Amino acid sequence: MAVYKLKTPIPEEEVRKLKVNDVIYITGTIITARDAAHKRALEFFKEGKKIPIDLQGLAVFHCGPIVKKEDDKWTVVAAGPTTSTRMDLFEDEFIKAFKVRVVIGKGGMGKRTTEGMKKYGAVYGAFTGGAAVLAAKAMKNVRSVEWLDLGMPEALWILEVEDFGPLIVAIDAHGNNVFEDVQKKVEENRQKIYERLGL
Amino acid sequence: MDIESLVENVAVEILRQAVIKLPPDVKDALRRAYREEESDIGKTQLEAILNNVELAEKTGTPVCQDTGVIIFYVKAGAQAKILGKIEEALIKATKRATIEVPLRPNSVGIFTRKNTGDNTGRYLPYINWEIVPGDNIELTAFPKGGGSENVCALGMITPGEGLNGVKKFVVDTVIKAGAKPCPPNILGVGVGGGADIAMKIAKAALLRPLDQPNADPEIAKLEKELYEAANMTGIGPMGLGGKFTVLGVNVDHAHRHPASYPVAVAVQCWAARRASARIHPDGTVKYLTHKVV
Repeated sequence: MAVYKLKTPIPEEEVRKLKVNDVIYITGTIITARDAAHKRALEFFKEGKKIPIDLQGLAVFHCGPIVKKEDDKWTVVAAGPTTSTRMDLFEDEFIKAFKVRVVIGKGGMGKRTTEGMKKYGAVYGAFTGGAAVLAAKAMKNVRSVEWLDLGMPEALWILEVEDFGPLIVAIDAHGNNVFEDVQKKVEENRQKIYERLGL
Repeated sequence: MDIESLVENVAVEILRQAVIKLPPDVKDALRRAYREEESDIGKTQLEAILNNVELAEKTGTPVCQDTGVIIFYVKAGAQAKILGKIEEALIKATKRATIEVPLRPNSVGIFTRKNTGDNTGRYLPYINWEIVPGDNIELTAFPKGGGSENVCALGMITPGEGLNGVKKFVVDTVIKAGAKPCPPNILGVGVGGGADIAMKIAKAALLRPLDQPNADPEIAKLEKELYEAANMTGIGPMGLGGKFTVLGVNVDHAHRHPASYPVAVAVQCWAARRASARIHPDGTVKYLTHKVV
């Protein structure tokens, strides 16, 4: 369980060094994107249109934050992760198209994303579900918000973060996936539990 | 102040307490899990949770961005004079708390697909009524998050399977849920009654503090057995592997039809939010779960 502090833009070779169960903290620029923002970004890419920010080497956070506006300035109040599996539909193409290096969320992602991360060089960082205030504390500045027409949770928030973490590398760029490993072990344990309960 | 406004104010206050500050028994259970967790990764998650809980209290911010669907449990004294006005007071309180705390608007119409924006709507806030002797009114606010709600399960098992069937259903439900309900979780298990009764008592079982063992030794034994079984799965904090998949298991039961054997599992995320207060007819209020500063 090695600990790394990463600064954006993160070079591809740096994420390729990471292994599952490493702990990372990110400083620099990240964006939030849920289903709708992923979909729109990929549509833009296919049509050859530019998205509002160059994402190369940045991190994408699966999160619908609560953000408040005071005196024309946005502040993040609470920003816990949302369930990442919903983005399995888009993530491999998203990484390929925009070269994000870290995908952050909760609950893990599937085979297709794991393959994509291996192929294009990215990792999945699990952030503690529900730890919304801890996340907000690391978000020092809202640089801008784009696609606000999608609604506050679905918009693309561009955030400056300082030591955002702990993020557990749960999928690395070598095809390892902690959630899949845990699931396999849990399946093995199921029989032991049945036995112990006399079932 | 008239008692109706008092009920409204108290309801806003317990909603605020509930979403910002976890009850002492839940915090203790999380601290214990942190001390006893054997997986390093599991420990990082519990540490982040404890840091988050502390920060939420310090800054007066909701502990999780999902402030849930608003549920109240009301123990209404049959002699209390304002019984007919409590529902309206709780609806007003929910709207106010949404702005004042704030709560995330979490009430979406099935056919309109629109979010009402104030956490009210058809059957929301949901009120569970219990009429009790006396003239006090006891309110409990129970905001329930969506992630853990999505893995609640009801099984209508074969009566012949009996308690073994109950145990299997609970274990299978925990394994199927995996990382989804933000473990470590609390399980409310309701056995018997009918389909609706089982789920109702399962959810209400989540109101019992974790440090309060079941009064019935036989049920207490079943709770312990289910707790140990769930923590043998290895799902661990946030599904990243580890010892603590659950913080506690609370069981309740009802008599059943000879041909039916319902088992309901109500799953609660680690952000187990609840707050209670008792209102006396003379206008005095006693907060039961949280200290008021």
